Amino acid sequence: MDESLAFMISIFPRLLAAVPLTLSLTLISGVIGNLLAVPVALARLSPNPLLWVPSAFYILLMRGTPLLVQTYLIYYGLGEVLPGSFIQKTFLWPYLKDGFWYAVFAFSLNTAGYTGEILRGAMSAVPKGEIEAAVAYGMSPWLRLRRVILPRAIQICLPAMSGETILLLKATSLASLITVWDIMGTARQIQKETYQIYEPLLAAGIIYIVTVFILIRLLNALERRINQHRAAPVSA
Amino acid sequence: MDASPSLLSLMSFSQDGWGARFIEGVAVTLQVSLAAYALSLVFGLLGASAKLSPFRALRWIADAYTTLVRALPELLLLLLVFFSGADAIKFLLSFLGDDYADVEVDPFAAAVIALGFIGGAYMTEVMRGAILSIPIGQIEAAKACGMSPLLRVRRIILPQMLRFALPGMSNLWLNATKDSSLISVLGSFQDILFMGYRAASTTKHYSFFYSMTALFFLAVTLASMAIIRLIEARVNRGYK
Repeated sequence: MDESLAFMISIFPRLLAAVPLTLSLTLISGVIGNLLAVPVALARLSPNPLLWVPSAFYILLMRGTPLLVQTYLIYYGLGEVLPGSFIQKTFLWPYLKDGFWYAVFAFSLNTAGYTGEILRGAMSAVPKGEIEAAVAYGMSPWLRLRRVILPRAIQICLPAMSGETILLLKATSLASLITVWDIMGTARQIQKETYQIYEPLLAAGIIYIVTVFILIRLLNALERRINQHRAAPVSA
Repeated sequence: MDASPSLLSLMSFSQDGWGARFIEGVAVTLQVSLAAYALSLVFGLLGASAKLSPFRALRWIADAYTTLVRALPELLLLLLVFFSGADAIKFLLSFLGDDYADVEVDPFAAAVIALGFIGGAYMTEVMRGAILSIPIGQIEAAKACGMSPLLRVRRIILPQMLRFALPGMSNLWLNATKDSSLISVLGSFQDILFMGYRAASTTKHYSFFYSMTALFFLAVTLASMAIIRLIEARVNRGYK
């Protein structure tokens, strides 16, 4: 018992060194995914079938297939198509040798699907009167979206979006399967080097739990700040 | 892609086409998901009862269970429970006698325990919410009729909570089928994703076979959604 505890303590620095990688995967994919979610939600709400049918299919595809399959499809699929194409001559190529950007790509697209569906619900929950008021003021559709619909929708779905962010942080562990040395990847590397099964996983688990709890605190603070003019949210 | 006819012929459903292998993969995915889901129902009922029990120790254990499982990545939990689950079963069996000490734990059972344990934490929350949604008057009425706690659960709580729990339970079933794709990492299961992996790496048609993999998972999701709709209509038949 003491022995494995000492071993766990000895591998902590290595695992902690991988935390920034996990956090940047989460942050970059989260930002790109949430930005992409806006056009997905708008297209889904459009009365034009040329817009809402592709959007509904996109959401179904992202939510109806495992993220791991999507990640493999992007990592191996693009890895098959890209070499030899024009991309190889562009500035993008050096980045595309690394699993990291394939993971960001896959996680962003996936987040866009899930958050797009959440945002769609929130947008249709914006009180009709407020949109009518914006129309009466003579706001253009774009201004209406920017000043009234989006801010209100984000307020409404903020709790769901922070839940989605926590799920994204956990999902980034799948990047370890496409040679990204995040917390999970480092843990598996240590497993292979030392032939210890439990200790690297347990140590990585402790780090994930602490990271998730800190992120939950930050998101709650953000929620309170954005909704400060409303009633104080019940603390979790 | 001008190679598409030959690609499609790779997907043939004859004996040694990849199509047939994918169908086998669907069967494995469904078996693991169904078994894990059934186990998560058990964990969920136990967890929800513990969370609503008057005993502080039980509530504390259930809270720790749901908090920890929901804060950890599924892949990490799967690996942890898959390996320790086998050891735990061996440890428990060793109490029954020395004959059981070197029993080989079936990887299927270990994977099902791991996935069921994970799903159970989410199921606990769904069921807790559903039990709390039952009008308290109905439970009081059952008590007033002199029903024993077990009869109350069987006749009042279970049938009533089903209606409230169904949306969450349906979601968790869809999650179970998707999470089951993680078992392909363990190497001892030939589920849909494992077949896709094998087909892609032997033929080098990565984008084609991973797209096929996604399509088979999508088919499972769509079929599940159709069945869920039928079940929802039946459970809600008394309500408009």
